[in-house]
Amino acid sequence: MIEVRELTKRYGTKTAVDSLTFAVRPGIVTGFLGPNGAGKSTTMRMIMGLDRPTSGTATINGRPYARLEAPLHEVGALLEARAVHTGRSALNHLRAMAATTGVPRSRVDEVVDIVGLHDVAGRRAGGFSLGMGQRLGIASALLGDPNTLILDEPVNGLDPEGILWIRKLMQGFAADGRTVFVSSHLMSEMALTAEHLIVIGRGKLIADAPVQAFIDQASQNSVRVRSPQAVSLYDLLTGPGVTITSLGRSVLEVSGIDAEVIGERAAAAGIVLHELSPLQPSLEEAFMALTRDAVEFPALEGVLS
Amino acid sequence: MTTLTATHGGELRVTQARVIKSEWIKFWSLRSTTVTLIASVLLFVGIGLLAAQISGDGSGTGARRNGSTNPIDISLAGVNFAQLVLGTLGVLLMSGEYGTGMIRSTLAAVPRRLPVLWAKIAVFTGVVFPLMLVAGLVAFLGGQAIIGDAGASLGDPGAWRAIVGSAAYVTGAGLLGLALGALLRSTPAAISTFFGVMFLLEGVVQLLLPSSWRDTVGPYLPSQAGSAMGAVAEQSGSLAPWAGLAVFLAYLVVLTGAAGYRLKREDA
Repeated sequence: MIEVRELTKRYGTKTAVDSLTFAVRPGIVTGFLGPNGAGKSTTMRMIMGLDRPTSGTATINGRPYARLEAPLHEVGALLEARAVHTGRSALNHLRAMAATTGVPRSRVDEVVDIVGLHDVAGRRAGGFSLGMGQRLGIASALLGDPNTLILDEPVNGLDPEGILWIRKLMQGFAADGRTVFVSSHLMSEMALTAEHLIVIGRGKLIADAPVQAFIDQASQNSVRVRSPQAVSLYDLLTGPGVTITSLGRSVLEVSGIDAEVIGERAAAAGIVLHELSPLQPSLEEAFMALTRDAVEFPALEGVLS
Repeated sequence: MTTLTATHGGELRVTQARVIKSEWIKFWSLRSTTVTLIASVLLFVGIGLLAAQISGDGSGTGARRNGSTNPIDISLAGVNFAQLVLGTLGVLLMSGEYGTGMIRSTLAAVPRRLPVLWAKIAVFTGVVFPLMLVAGLVAFLGGQAIIGDAGASLGDPGAWRAIVGSAAYVTGAGLLGLALGALLRSTPAAISTFFGVMFLLEGVVQLLLPSSWRDTVGPYLPSQAGSAMGAVAEQSGSLAPWAGLAVFLAYLVVLTGAAGYRLKREDA
């Protein structure tokens, strides 16, 4: 269980994280979403005790990270970028990490095997590809068999096989009743992995909801209707709270009325329908809709007008 | 609590001894450590022997420490070079962690932070001081053998103190580098500061201060106070060995304290 209360981080006049409050519960994978620069990494660093909050608190199992007696056994973390000395071999890196808390050598070998670095463990970490570096980071997160996993952009640089592997790892962890908190700027990845989402933009909380609720909340569902009598249908459906967009001579996109109602009205008026399909907005679209105002560096829309 | 913690109870706590073990593994698992240690020994012994050879020939003034003609001082002339290399090693021990991002892993494992600094100091001192003691002894014995009849022996007054003092000084110089590395976090910044303090400061004092000040301030510079520790006899314009040790230790304590404060308080 990770609890963040009124967490704030300011660098000079710039507020990177603005009064965030949320909880990450055990038993499910919780995704931490936001555009680049939204404050995800800063928040995770504060949870990990690496950065000092300007105000507010972050606790893991009820205690600040710095007060955990055996931190690697309670929290496994994969932090952004590389957090490994490039001149040291993967194996020695893990041995040094393990030594701080009395993890036996046999466990070091075990995690090396779990992440599939067996053949390269003796090589200098500086020569690792991004994907191998991620696997080493995950190995070090698993060392203490922790109860909580905090992963910052773990699929970065992984090949499809690696992505599938980490997804299963996270879901297996959650299924064991453990806590998994994973950041990403890729909505599509979160749709496949997370059950719950915490979305931030410009350091502020935008949404804290189950994935499905997030999609529903973010965007009104619309319905695509194809009919040879599109013009009559248009007149039939138009009304307050209803938006109809014409996408060609016989295709309409209607929002504000359910597909069922459209079908019933068309039947009553004897209008032929060739297609009646509810459009699910993708997670990507939902995210864009929610964070449109919160993007750090928006594309320069309308600059020419 | 995890299953491991539950079964092992408090046995998985992070302790100072465990952090020292971790730093020991880190120390020996970088190739640069071994290379630097070998270089410092070669310089300490080699320069001493060279100085002894030159002075034995009577062919020149040679690399005499503090202009001394004492055969003990001559054989230990290598400290000036060994301190450079050890200072760099000290800097890298800390700044290397910041440069590579390793510091995030280190502090995630030891969130109380200060035990990391103490452990690095313990490992560095535990390895470097005995090694430099041996190097100093070899330089002394080899140097005296080269100098021959005019040479000193281990039984001479001040001989042991000079050897131990020199080993302590170069180890201390390395710890100064370590503190600077932790304080400045950047390898180039810490190394140039170290070189500036140990080598340029003396010149700056000579050049810029009026002579009355120069004689007062000069002996208290870190490099001067430090080399006084290893001198056989108190030389004019320099501190007595014990005073030198005290002044040098004061620099170390202040810098290490500042380094510890920054490590503990600031974002990693």
